[in-house]
Amino acid sequence: MLNVLLRRLVQAALTVFVVITLVFLLFSVIPGTYASSLQADKRDVSAEVLERIETELGLNDPLPQRFGRYMAGLAQGDLGISYATKRPVADMLAGRIWASFRLACGAILFAVCIGLPLGFFAAMRRGTWLDTATMSLAVSGLSIPAFWAGLVLMYLFSLKLHWLPTFGYGSGGLRHLILPAITLGIAPMALLARTTRAAVLETLNADFIRTARSKGMSERRLVLRHLARNAFVLVLTTIGLQFGSMLGGSVVIEKLFAWPGVGSLLIDSVGLRDLPAVQGAILVIVLFFLLINTLVDLAYLVVDPRIRYR
Amino acid sequence: MTETVLDVRDLAISLCDGPTPVAAVEGVNFSINRGEVFGLVGESGCGKSLCALALAGLLKAPMAISGGQILLEGRDLSTLPPHEMRHLRGNKVSMIFQEPMTALNPLMTVGDQIGEMFVLHRGLTARAARMKAIEALEQVQVSSPERRINAYPHQLSGGMRQRVMIAIALACDPALLIADEPTTALDVTIQAEIVELVLDLCRARGTAVMMISHDLGLVARICNRVAVMYAGQIVEQRSAGDIFTAPAHPYTRGLVDALPRLGRRLERGQERLTEIGGVVPAIRDFPQGCRFAPRCGRVTPECGAAPVSMTDLNKGGRVRCLHHV
Repeated sequence: MLNVLLRRLVQAALTVFVVITLVFLLFSVIPGTYASSLQADKRDVSAEVLERIETELGLNDPLPQRFGRYMAGLAQGDLGISYATKRPVADMLAGRIWASFRLACGAILFAVCIGLPLGFFAAMRRGTWLDTATMSLAVSGLSIPAFWAGLVLMYLFSLKLHWLPTFGYGSGGLRHLILPAITLGIAPMALLARTTRAAVLETLNADFIRTARSKGMSERRLVLRHLARNAFVLVLTTIGLQFGSMLGGSVVIEKLFAWPGVGSLLIDSVGLRDLPAVQGAILVIVLFFLLINTLVDLAYLVVDPRIRYR
Repeated sequence: MTETVLDVRDLAISLCDGPTPVAAVEGVNFSINRGEVFGLVGESGCGKSLCALALAGLLKAPMAISGGQILLEGRDLSTLPPHEMRHLRGNKVSMIFQEPMTALNPLMTVGDQIGEMFVLHRGLTARAARMKAIEALEQVQVSSPERRINAYPHQLSGGMRQRVMIAIALACDPALLIADEPTTALDVTIQAEIVELVLDLCRARGTAVMMISHDLGLVARICNRVAVMYAGQIVEQRSAGDIFTAPAHPYTRGLVDALPRLGRRLERGQERLTEIGGVVPAIRDFPQGCRFAPRCGRVTPECGAAPVSMTDLNKGGRVRCLHHV
């Protein structure tokens, strides 16, 4: 058990190293630096000033040197100083991780609470109008662009009905969370509905369900004690993967709803070529994914006795 | 005094997914007495498993009972409402299946799966059911049952799992046990053990057994009476001894000849085992007259003319053949 966690830790360190390196290389290839992004912003910055900024930030140093400097800092837990705000990246992230985490939780909660029952009932009523309707909904949910769905929801519930705030974080209450969370949760919800339906159908055909029937139990007991848990085991991976990739997936949604999370920081920082901030945001997204994956593996230990890690 | 436990009259099972139902099984008549071991034999696809599922009320759409009666201790199961059938299932009539590897719930301990029977049909608490489950495991000769009760199916061997299945099936002392090829998926070395175990436990309980198998040798050895099915019909029904030594239907004869027996080939000067040419026809292609006619060596024009009905044999038993031996 401890072994697994240790191995996961090493894996995580390797993954982080690779991702950070890739981003570093990418940034050295794409045109523009933090200094030139200031100019692109149509701010009147003279060539001398730009020159000075670049020298101060060490942007003119050779790539290996810059890379070594950043990695050395990272190894000591130092995420560096943001070019744009001149604040430590760690401090900038701290305030945003909670916002992003809330959004991800809200979205996965929505996806699970709607997607699982939908898929379940579709499977139980296979071939009926309910099944067809649910699966059409699922296909639409998967194919509609999230930002468009977000705009529609915004228009409907904020501008027309005045039920919910249009965008922003508010004072951290639930009202501001609802629309972005639903928008972010639509695609995972649709995917979960489909996976759940498939899982339930597969389980319904299993031999042990026939055995359970032959024991003479009520349909209710059959579903609760024999079907549900077995089907859930099949769905758990999908839930984990969806939840894990939520932070990365929320980038556009955070921007759309002006949600002060890691995703919107990422977008802003890419525009500014603010490399330390970009690295920090990506680090959070990657670590969140790895963390959720590990948690899912641990959850399997609880729900499936067949699984033992060595 | 023999008491009839199961009386199947004119049972028909049909495939109901088209505009007109197609009969997969029809005209099935047999009865089983208390404590008797009754064999149902046939090739794959002849309808024996369908009969088994129908008896337990477990047929799945598009298959459905389309005629006849299934009288279990005088009650007609074919017209019983689902919730009443539920109370009989596992309680009065239970089943063991072919695949012990997949027939048990992988996420439940075997103790819970056996104990469930007592909770369902005896109204016991989980605690009391657990004690009974240990007892049941002991009866199927599983060693250290109080420890094995906490095992999950994947921790047990195939034979062990089949023992658990037997414990589940016999937990409530049913009047009838339907064993659908219970040993087919097992190692040869433990097949005999499992069969003996089932027979011993059923004998002790007075439970009648319907043993479904494609293994005529096994059935002839352990059963009192045997019915041979072919293409959805019973073609011969005899005492087990007779069917083996003097098969009346050409199909049964073919099955008996196909059995490998020590010294038998040499005696006849044969090089190879005998086989029956051809395959069982598909449900929709059942011949009009005798269904075995296309594969039969004794066929005459009148065989194909009209459906053949069962006739009594002088030596006891019934056969569905115009030219029986």
